[in-house]
Amino acid sequence: MSSWKENPILTVEHLTMRFGGLVAVDDLSFEVGRSDITALIGPNGAGKTTVFNCVTGFYKPTEGRITMNRSNGQSYLLERIPDFQIAHHAKVARTFQNIRLFGGMTVLENLMIAQHNKLMKDSLFSIGGIFGISSFRKSEKASVKKATEWLERIDLIDRADDPAADLPYGDQRRLEIARAMCTNPELLCLDEPAAGLNPRETQDLNGLLRSIRELDKTAVLLIEHDMSMVMEISDHVVVLDYGVKISDGDAAFVQNDPHVIAAYLGVDDDEVDEAEAEAKVANAEGVKS
Amino acid sequence: MEYFIQQLINGVTLGSIYGLIAIGYTMVYGIIGMINFAHGDIFMVGAFIALITLLAVVAMGITFLPLVLLIVLIVSMLMTSVWGWSVERIAYRPLRGSFRLAPLITAIGMSIVLQNFVQVVQGARVKPLPPQITGGITIMEKDGFLVQLSYMQILIIVTTVLLMAGFTMLINKTSLGRAQRACEQDQKMASLLGVNVDRTISLTFVMGAALASVAGVMFLLYYGVIDFYIGFLAGVKAFTAAVLGGIGSLPGAMLGGLLIGLIETFWSGYFSVEYKDVAAFSILAIVLIFMPSGLLGKPEVEKV
Repeated sequence: MSSWKENPILTVEHLTMRFGGLVAVDDLSFEVGRSDITALIGPNGAGKTTVFNCVTGFYKPTEGRITMNRSNGQSYLLERIPDFQIAHHAKVARTFQNIRLFGGMTVLENLMIAQHNKLMKDSLFSIGGIFGISSFRKSEKASVKKATEWLERIDLIDRADDPAADLPYGDQRRLEIARAMCTNPELLCLDEPAAGLNPRETQDLNGLLRSIRELDKTAVLLIEHDMSMVMEISDHVVVLDYGVKISDGDAAFVQNDPHVIAAYLGVDDDEVDEAEAEAKVANAEGVKS
Repeated sequence: MEYFIQQLINGVTLGSIYGLIAIGYTMVYGIIGMINFAHGDIFMVGAFIALITLLAVVAMGITFLPLVLLIVLIVSMLMTSVWGWSVERIAYRPLRGSFRLAPLITAIGMSIVLQNFVQVVQGARVKPLPPQITGGITIMEKDGFLVQLSYMQILIIVTTVLLMAGFTMLINKTSLGRAQRACEQDQKMASLLGVNVDRTISLTFVMGAALASVAGVMFLLYYGVIDFYIGFLAGVKAFTAAVLGGIGSLPGAMLGGLLIGLIETFWSGYFSVEYKDVAAFSILAIVLIFMPSGLLGKPEVEKV
């Protein structure tokens, strides 16, 4: 059942994040499987985005260790390396709850920026760009090709030269994912990718995420409030409440976990214990029969 | 009419120099939202390095003028870039993330440091340089009034146009330019996409300093006198040019520089030389009243 424990791409161990007196995340440990879509869920204020911010270098965690195990065997301690290297060396990419595209740049340029490091190297820090050195032109062409492929995948090829800010909301969301993917990540972190999308767009997004897992062999870690979406596509769900992990397992397990139900519906602690006891009895009976 | 054309030529020449310096202001403002008040003094340092290099090269026995100028230009650009880079590294980078006024104060500090350093090392006296490029073309002549376009003016205008074209291309077409534009909009996001923001900012300072040093070389050759204080007024004028064109906008800086140069020369040509600065700054005030974001600047729209 817990295949993510065997060969995790990301291991979070004893992560604690305090803001002054507020403990946003408290001693959290979980694994993200290499070929899984992992969902991080929980009620508002549970600390999900804080976890993301720690993983992607926005915050330096108060305590704990976050290890990224790349498929080439190298490991990176994400809490120690500068943020621009997280994308470049550790191959972790992310999107935000609110859209953060470069609005004044074209759709294509947004995807080109994500391939910045390779282009800088091949163009000798842009000196080659001015004089049109051939290796630069070649790699520029390759980047444009890659960007174009992504634009075709997210169905935005017709708008490649429009400013990103002019796109409708749903398209901007998809463009953000494509941009994150253009950094060649091995782990893609999405903060509420389905927020504000209509059901049809959410379906498209599910398809896109599955194709990212299968075609691009990229692990996906996502925060989401749309439960039907989470349950549909996730291989592994981690539930947070008040900064503490309350459940961890596959979608079916989490859905029936009394702690999760209690956290979402809000019941007293002793009721949870009762429910747990009942569940145990039920399980035991199930085994007997 | 002849008088007008002559003033136009002079104005464009002066405007080119202002435009080159203004680019440095506008780029730095665009990328980190800070006014680099030491930029005018970087221009002055560039002029001094140019003078010293010129004397050294001539002392070495190289007298072929185009070669001398090329060496002077390259050495001055390289060394001034190092100055620009160091100023950013020492005075601005440690303060990034501090409150907004902090880098502004260190910028003024750096400006004073550079001025006094040059004053102490090079002396306070005005440094003259005999004209290196003489002669010119007479475009028209009427009633004994010659409209002259000197070779020096041609050199300044052509160099400026070439540099600005190259520069525009750098910003629009290369990956470094793209990274700069990305950092301008959202530094944090850029760094998450793998852009080394600190390095991009350093390179912005280096580029600004290189352009300012070209302006310094031109200033030295055109006017033939420099002292440790030239950076102040030129810096303020170029800053005015950047604001007039819309700070943060590259074409704006070029246009602003040109306008300030033209206003100054026409005012001194037709009215009075003493009040040319008053004219330049008054126009700035008037433009800002009616177009607060400058001529080509984008107004900041905040989405709610």
